[in-house]
Amino acid sequence: MTSKEYDVIIVGGGITGAATARDCALRGLSTLLIERGDICDGASGRNHGLLHSGARYAVTDREGAEECIRENRILRRIASNCVEPTEGLFISLPEDGLDYQANFIAKCREAGIDAQAIDPAEALRLEPAINPRIIGAVKVPDASVDPFRLVDAHILDAQRHGADIKKFTAVACLVKENGRVVGVKTAAGEVIRSREVVLAAGIWTAGLAREAGVNIGMMPSKGALVIFGHRIANMVINRCRKPANADILVPGDVVSVLGTTSDKVPIESCDDMRATPAEVDLLLREGEQLVPSLAQTRIIRAYAGVRPLVVADPAGDGRNVSRGIVLLDHEERDGVPGLITITGGKLTTSRLMAEMATDLVCKKVGSSAVCRTAELPLPGSEGRKPSFEDPFVERAAIGRHGTEVSRMDFGKGGEILCECEHVTRAEIAYAVEHFGVRNISDLRRHTRIGMGTCQGSFCIRSVAGALAEILAPDPESAARLADEFVSQYRQERWKGITPVLWGDTLREAEYMQKVNGNEI
Amino acid sequence: MLEGNNNLEQCLKCNLCTLVCPMMEVNPDYPGPKKAGPDGERYRLKDPAFFDYALKYCLNCKRCEVACPSDVHIGDMIQTARILYGSQAKRKGLRGLRDWTLASTDLVGSLASPFAPIVNGTLKLKPVKSVMDSVLAVDKHRTFPKYSAKKFVNWFRRQDQSSFSKFVSYFHGCYVNYNYPALGQAFVKVMNSAGYGVHLLEKEKCCGVALMSNGFADKARRQGEVNLASIRKAVAAGEVVLTTSSTCTFTMRDEYPDVLGLTNGDVRDSLMLSTKWLYEKISAGELKLKFRKNFSKKVIYHTACHMQKMGWQVYSIALLNLIPGVELTVLDQNCCGIAGTFGFKKENYPFSQQIGSKLFEDIRRSATPDAVVSTDCETCKWQIEMSTGMKVLNPIEIIAEALDR
Repeated sequence: MTSKEYDVIIVGGGITGAATARDCALRGLSTLLIERGDICDGASGRNHGLLHSGARYAVTDREGAEECIRENRILRRIASNCVEPTEGLFISLPEDGLDYQANFIAKCREAGIDAQAIDPAEALRLEPAINPRIIGAVKVPDASVDPFRLVDAHILDAQRHGADIKKFTAVACLVKENGRVVGVKTAAGEVIRSREVVLAAGIWTAGLAREAGVNIGMMPSKGALVIFGHRIANMVINRCRKPANADILVPGDVVSVLGTTSDKVPIESCDDMRATPAEVDLLLREGEQLVPSLAQTRIIRAYAGVRPLVVADPAGDGRNVSRGIVLLDHEERDGVPGLITITGGKLTTSRLMAEMATDLVCKKVGSSAVCRTAELPLPGSEGRKPSFEDPFVERAAIGRHGTEVSRMDFGKGGEILCECEHVTRAEIAYAVEHFGVRNISDLRRHTRIGMGTCQGSFCIRSVAGALAEILAPDPESAARLADEFVSQYRQERWKGITPVLWGDTLREAEYMQKVNGNEI
Repeated sequence: MLEGNNNLEQCLKCNLCTLVCPMMEVNPDYPGPKKAGPDGERYRLKDPAFFDYALKYCLNCKRCEVACPSDVHIGDMIQTARILYGSQAKRKGLRGLRDWTLASTDLVGSLASPFAPIVNGTLKLKPVKSVMDSVLAVDKHRTFPKYSAKKFVNWFRRQDQSSFSKFVSYFHGCYVNYNYPALGQAFVKVMNSAGYGVHLLEKEKCCGVALMSNGFADKARRQGEVNLASIRKAVAAGEVVLTTSSTCTFTMRDEYPDVLGLTNGDVRDSLMLSTKWLYEKISAGELKLKFRKNFSKKVIYHTACHMQKMGWQVYSIALLNLIPGVELTVLDQNCCGIAGTFGFKKENYPFSQQIGSKLFEDIRRSATPDAVVSTDCETCKWQIEMSTGMKVLNPIEIIAEALDR
């Protein structure tokens, strides 16, 4: 079975793939994005949610820092609804000394990053939670970004400009004819043809390329993070020293995220990433130096993602490997036309990565269309944010979806189902319609359902019911489907709760068990 | 970044608070203690814009806190949010004037007291009530507590307490002073007959509960500082500070530190309701009250919400049970619905009466023509008297009546 031929197929539904699909669609290319799971399944959904100012890289990677601050400014504009301009602090503790800080400020300024040293007392006034032992603080234009919403917005815009999105469709292999990549073959055996294939599958890129006879040396670097139940600080808090473990705390919507670690892991482990108790211990021990109250703050869960680093020195731990953008033209590099790889980089520089990849696609297919992604706002960030005073719109939904709330019917579906995160029935209907949600884990990524302190123990049945009602053809199968959703979801959540099972989190888990019977 | 007593993290989302909230039962616009408290707080920490104006419906009855198995300070969290973020919500114009008038118990009491017969007569008049209803939005169904022509403090000044060697201090509160000196007089009688002389505090201001719930937290804090300074002096002189109002007591013991941020740990244990003090003294054998032999009274006891929050209804109940001839019925704890000044406001009157209906029904069922209702809270008293026609007495008044003279 064959279908129409696309100009370009993009493999991978993370931020890189989504941004590339958007760019290609905006330039008028017929575009297909193909993703084996849900969008944001990989590293794009397992990170800090930090919009770098570039300050963190200023000392070691000038080019990366410059890219960050440029893209930081662009994303604040085009994705205003996904970015919260929290600003960031780099704090120095006595053991860090102030030498690093002086060099840090100079290097930030060279890269065009507005880094301002502020009085430690002023820093403590801005953020009373930070370690009172600080001897110095620098304010930088870091920000918090909601990675789920950012990817969703790119997917929506790509679709609205004609791109096809195929989720839950694994690519079995690339299809090669006469040495040229001419498309992909899905796990179901469908062959989809295109003039160019762009690999944007993060750490899974190497495996796909290898099948096509192309060798990309990739090194999976695992990063573990923990989520705390509420906002501990309203700014991004960094440690002003050589980048190390657990030295960034980011406010993300109504939680705080602490991370990360950096460890080389075998590529086979990447499909089932989980944070270990040892990693959580390490994060907490180091995080307490940043913000002492973290030691007493309730942890919601822990998770881990994989950075798709491209190897320069395969022996290192990953922190010294370039995190710069890697664009590979396999026609030139390996003599395999029709194939392009875009990898490396960061969430912050994803738009630039997409622009570089799309420029190359355009060159290959003979298009002279120019990139407009730096100017056009993304869905949800178009025009004025809806008013908080509107009694018919759930305020938390405005925070998540911005102008997209105009597509939600709060009159009919205003009932809040997930009380921790204020998710309404209307938002669920929207997520099903626009993102092809199939189960509660998908729903979580598109709405924050079950991401709050109770981790779904209270709302899960009503959410499962509401979702099954939309998805099932008749009431009887809806009831069955809802039951399936509940047990699936619990297993998934349990994975993240296990490494942090003490204190209030343990009490909550006990309670969850009592409410829901003995199955977890 | 979290205020000192803000322990939203302990919330397990079990919703027991939701089950006991009296406002939720009658008002679908109120999000309930869990949503308004710990759930809403996570959003308010992100942005005060998430402040929800429906929080004005919270009665501050603290039944949620009593129910919470995790000891989350739900009511405090809501009160604090109203103080921190609700300042824009403070009403302007005539309703603002109304709120200010209702909150300023001290000032209004001082102004009204000298003209008590006129004020009381006027406040009873139908046309006056209807003007207050339409202009000031004070509900016309409400009966105002009568102002007393003679303030309690003026009466007290002429009471010779010099013959006593042991003393207690008395925080009388606005209601005793301006409206109901009889209760203060009963208190003095009971203490004197127990062998204790009574001192008033050097300076007493309204405890501030009405100020806090009407958005005047700063003023409440200033008054609290005055009260605490006086209480400290009394305690330093070796006196316990006793009260006859559960709400004033609760406010000064718990709301001062938890909501207003005032430090009272040094004197908190020396400040208590007189029924608790009496019962503890009697059961320790340190004090004896002599009751009349032929006393007989049917008493229906209503536990005020703040009384339940302190857990002190046991003392009042036990004390009433010590009186020979008292036939006591203890009602299930239900909110009477008035919640201080809340129920006086026109927009709240229907909620107030709906909430109280369960209690009124219980009272009617237990009532016989010779029975009285007893409670430790004056606003419960107004509400029950107005809504059931029953006479309501403070336990101290019943004790005073039963004393053998």
